[in-house]
Amino acid sequence: MAFRRIKRTRRGFDLRLPAPERDVLRTLPDQLRALLDEDDRADPAMRRLYPSAHLDDEAASTEFDTIVRDDLTEQRRNALDEMARTIEAGSVNEEELLAWLAVINDLRLVLGVRLAVTEETTPAEFSGDDEASASYALYAYLSYLEEEMVEALSGR
Amino acid sequence: MAQTAPVEVERPESEEDVTPDVPWIVIVWNDPINLMSYVVFVFQKLFGYNREKATKLMLDVHQKGRAVVSEGPREKCEFDVSRLHAHGLWATLQKDR
Repeated sequence: MAFRRIKRTRRGFDLRLPAPERDVLRTLPDQLRALLDEDDRADPAMRRLYPSAHLDDEAASTEFDTIVRDDLTEQRRNALDEMARTIEAGSVNEEELLAWLAVINDLRLVLGVRLAVTEETTPAEFSGDDEASASYALYAYLSYLEEEMVEALSGR
Repeated sequence: MAQTAPVEVERPESEEDVTPDVPWIVIVWNDPINLMSYVVFVFQKLFGYNREKATKLMLDVHQKGRAVVSEGPREKCEFDVSRLHAHGLWATLQKDR
């Protein structure tokens, strides 16, 4: 069996993350926090994090956004704080791992929108563009890590 | 939403106010980013669906482009949509028709 980075234990979840990976993960909460602070409503990535709730009714969508946006942002900030607080931890409890999962999924959404990924996207699409290649490598890594998190949380 | 009663002077703000028994539905739409396993996990976590039902809904989203994942009064559907948005899924609500 492949080496598992996230392992369910009797008391919680072990995070067996090689140092270079933890170095990358350490930078992530602040990246997402900066986006939330800026709150640029025209940014496609922000529109993905706060999608319209009504397909064909802009007024109802705006009203919905007015009501829930602050709460959603607070939940996102709480998850960021929780991940930042436990970023060096060798093991976490379920609530803490769920915070990591929330941050990582949000960042995958941001990166995915920025890179305009489709279900057919391959790394080759970004060859020749160092910045996009690096972003896609991070996206792919976070996808891998998220898969492991979901497996561990699902008890598999 | 269509405005269909021009003769009525004091009509309610919206039709659902006078037809509370018309259920609303929550739809999750396919997107190329969210992982299939994650979507199954979220459906189980938020709605308490078993793995089989959550997986079927995820496959409907993936293959048909959308799936109805919950239904009920408007307020419940709004709550469900906000929880789905908090988990990064693309969800909308609408009146069932």
